[in-house]
Amino acid sequence: MSSKKSIGAEYLKGLWDENPIFRQLLGMCPTLAVTNAVINGIAMGLATAFVLILSSFVVSSIKKLIPSQVRIATFIVIIASFVTIADRFLAAFFPPISKALGPYVPLIVVNCIILGRQEAFSSRNSVARSLLDALGMSTGFILSLLILSSIRELLGSGTFLGYQVMGAWFKPWIIMILPAGAFITLGVLLGIVILIDTKTKKRST
Amino acid sequence: MDILTIFVAAILVNNYVLYYFLGICPFLGVSKKLDSALSMGMAVTFVMTLTAVASWMINHWILIPFGLDYLQIVSFILVIASLVQLVEMFIRKMSPPLYQALGIYLPLITTNCAIMGLALLASLKGYGFIETVVFGIGSGLGFTLAIVLMAGIREQLDLADVPKPLKGAGIALIVAGIMALAFSGFSGMIK
Repeated sequence: MSSKKSIGAEYLKGLWDENPIFRQLLGMCPTLAVTNAVINGIAMGLATAFVLILSSFVVSSIKKLIPSQVRIATFIVIIASFVTIADRFLAAFFPPISKALGPYVPLIVVNCIILGRQEAFSSRNSVARSLLDALGMSTGFILSLLILSSIRELLGSGTFLGYQVMGAWFKPWIIMILPAGAFITLGVLLGIVILIDTKTKKRST
Repeated sequence: MDILTIFVAAILVNNYVLYYFLGICPFLGVSKKLDSALSMGMAVTFVMTLTAVASWMINHWILIPFGLDYLQIVSFILVIASLVQLVEMFIRKMSPPLYQALGIYLPLITTNCAIMGLALLASLKGYGFIETVVFGIGSGLGFTLAIVLMAGIREQLDLADVPKPLKGAGIALIVAGIMALAFSGFSGMIK
C-alpha cells in the first residue's frame, strides 16, 4: 500500500496480479455456485461490481469519520445497504435471474472480496484510487466468472448464453453443471493460471 | 416437511459445502489439519444453531409483522456479527477449555457465508421454528463432516506427488469436486 502505483497499474492489478478469484482465492462461494450458466455469471459479476464500486466510493469518502473500533461494523452496514438495493433491483426488473441466483444475491454481503477491499484499500486511500481499485477488482471478478461459466455452460449444456453452439453430435457433460464440475473446473483453471505465471516469470528473469 | 428428512438432507444430500457452496473459505483455509478442522466444524455448528434461533425470531417477530422484509440482509448480518461477539465473550468467561478449543475460529465465522446463508435459506424455504433449528444443527454437522473428510484427505495428500501448479488450492478444489460427485450419490435418498 505504501508505494504509489501509477493510475493504470492501480486498475490493472485486479485483472491478473491480484485477481480476486485466481490469486487471492476470495469470493469463492458465489464463484462456484452461480457459474453453471453464462447469464448467471454475468449477472452475479455485475451485481458484485455495483456493490463493490459504490461501497469503495462511500468508504473512501467518509474514512476520516469512521472510528477504527467500529470500522468493520460500519463497512458491513454500508455494504449491506448496497446489496439490498441490488437485490431489490434484480427482483423488480429481472425476476428470472433473481430467481436463478436465489440466496446468492443477498450473500454478496459476506463476499470477502468486498469487505477485504474496504479494509485493505478504501479505508486508507483517496477516493479516486479506491474507485480505480474497485473497478479493477470488479473487472477481474467478472472476467473470471465469465471464463468459468463459459466453460461450464459450453461443456455442460452445449450452449452459450442459451444458444445452441455444439452440434448434434455433442453429448452434454452433465457433471459440468453439477457442483462437482464447478470445483474441478476451478481447480484446473487455478493450476493453469499458476503454470502461466511461473512460465512468464521465468522468461522475464 | 418431515423433521428427519430436513436433518438428513442438510447433512448428506444438500450438504452445505458440496451442494450450496457455502463456507468455502474456511473449507479450503482450515482443512490442512484434522484437529483444527474438527474445532472449526464444532464452532460453526454451534454458531449456526444459535443463528437459526435468532434469525427465525427476528424474521417472524419483528421483520414480517412490521412489513420490513427488505431490511432482512442488514438485520441478519448485524445480528450474526453481534451474536458471534457475544458467544465469544460468553465462552471466554464460562468455559476456558472450550474457548481454547474454538478460540481463533470464532471471529472468523462472522464473515463466513455459511452462517448468513443459513439464515437466508431458512427464511426462503419458509421453515417453522423447530424445522429451522433442526436445519441449523444439520447444516452445521454437514459442514463438519465435509471439512473433516477434506482434512483427512489433505493430510494424506501432503505425501502424494501432486503436479507443481496444482499444489495447494488447485488440488484441494479437485478433491472437493470428487467429494461432491460422491455426495451427489445421496441425492436419490430424498425426492
